[in-house]
Amino acid sequence: MIRVDNLVKRFGELTAVDNISFEIKRGEIFALLGPNGAGKTTTIKMLTTLLQPTSGSLELDGLDPTVNRDEVRKRFGVVFQDPSLDQDLTAWENLEIHGVLYGMPRKERHERATTLLKLFELWDRRDALVKTFSGGMRRRLEIARGLLHTPRVLFLDEPTLGLDPQSRNQMWTHVKSLNQTDNVTVFLTTHYMDEADRVADRIGIVDHGRLVAIGSSSELKEQTNTESLEEAFLALTGTTIRDESADSADTMRQIARMWRK
Amino acid sequence: MKVIYILWLREVKKYLRSRTQIVASLGSPIMYLGVLGFGLGPIFQKAGQGSYLQFMAPGVIGMTVLFSSMFSGIALLWDRQFGFLKETLVAPVPRLFIMMGRTLGGATVSIIQGLLIFVICFIAGFRPISFAVVPLAILFMALIAIVFAAFGTVIGSSLKDMQGFQLIMGFLVMPIFFLSGALYPLSNLPTVLALLTRIDPLTYGVDGVRTALTGVTHFGLTADALVLVAVAIVLLSAGAWRFSKIEI
Repeated sequence: MIRVDNLVKRFGELTAVDNISFEIKRGEIFALLGPNGAGKTTTIKMLTTLLQPTSGSLELDGLDPTVNRDEVRKRFGVVFQDPSLDQDLTAWENLEIHGVLYGMPRKERHERATTLLKLFELWDRRDALVKTFSGGMRRRLEIARGLLHTPRVLFLDEPTLGLDPQSRNQMWTHVKSLNQTDNVTVFLTTHYMDEADRVADRIGIVDHGRLVAIGSSSELKEQTNTESLEEAFLALTGTTIRDESADSADTMRQIARMWRK
Repeated sequence: MKVIYILWLREVKKYLRSRTQIVASLGSPIMYLGVLGFGLGPIFQKAGQGSYLQFMAPGVIGMTVLFSSMFSGIALLWDRQFGFLKETLVAPVPRLFIMMGRTLGGATVSIIQGLLIFVICFIAGFRPISFAVVPLAILFMALIAIVFAAFGTVIGSSLKDMQGFQLIMGFLVMPIFFLSGALYPLSNLPTVLALLTRIDPLTYGVDGVRTALTGVTHFGLTADALVLVAVAIVLLSAGAWRFSKIEI
């Protein structure tokens, strides 16, 4: 479903993604793990047509995201690391705009929105403004929105960041059941090893822009001779803490956090 | 078409729901109107220019439209990292439509703001020559709104972070306002100032609104409209181009 070949992305001097290659099969749940600044988000941005790769090739459902941009866009849904809901609109309105943007006919749009809101337990709050929602509800709504146009691939970039264990657990239960019923391929990144261990069929570990290991959780443990995925992860990426220099997005993120209170 | 419409609707809905923001954004125009309008009124009268309120009200309307439309464009900067814009950028629609929907929505909101100020001016004692000219004034407000919403879009798509924002505010938005002839007549100005006022697009917008409402003109309605349309075309193209280049 997804093929990445010798993918490279440079920002000036910095090589964010350094010659990564992997493949994801249809219906698979794939987790990309790595320390901060390893290149996870950059890889997702390239696959979702937001960034142009410096070199290498990409394929999503047999199409090249850099060439058949709009066709590829119809085939994936995405939940970004930063929230992208309109907080001054209701849950229903957010879904409605999404449906129109993806050219869905009215009837289909409404049916699908109803089904997803019910599934993600947001139906009772459909006419409430998103700014009154909790973090977990917002994330669920974003996932519901990402699935509205029945995409074949769902990208989730650190979707559980800042959620309590109950919300995380509930979210993954939904994602997993959708993966099984609709055969949606899921590409996720996370910092929580237990999540990756629980939901992902296969796991890729990136560090400094390079793919250092790929395989199922048990394969990775076997390969590194460790007991848990966390230990395997540390064995592969080392224990040094990555101090990213704050970029402009981080600065804005801080201001945003201040204002949201 | 449907895409442009729904994005336009989004901007308008958001505006109508934010009551406090509506009130807050009317604050500074009212202050200008009250303090300058009544404070400078007697001097203006003594200089033989008639009622200052009558003169500056169209200027304050122009200012309201300028601020509100410019900000709607610059808000893009915020919106693309933490807001809804990201969602629209991965949607299978041309970026031009997204930019059009946003710009038209921002412009519509600005016109509503301008009309609110018009009503406040009226309450304060401003009298247009007749109510039949109001649609013509709205047309000029719309031109101002589109010019500056597009200008804001160019800036919002080009800036990297919020630090540039103060700079834009101090060195662009305020000068555009002060050089527009909103607060003083354009005749008999020192050469440099006269030149600067002539390259400020808002000058023509304010002159258009003023001519429509009070019949007093500097450049004439046709010249005003032509300049604004030309500038709008240039800025809309630049905005569309910058917008299509946004990478996140």
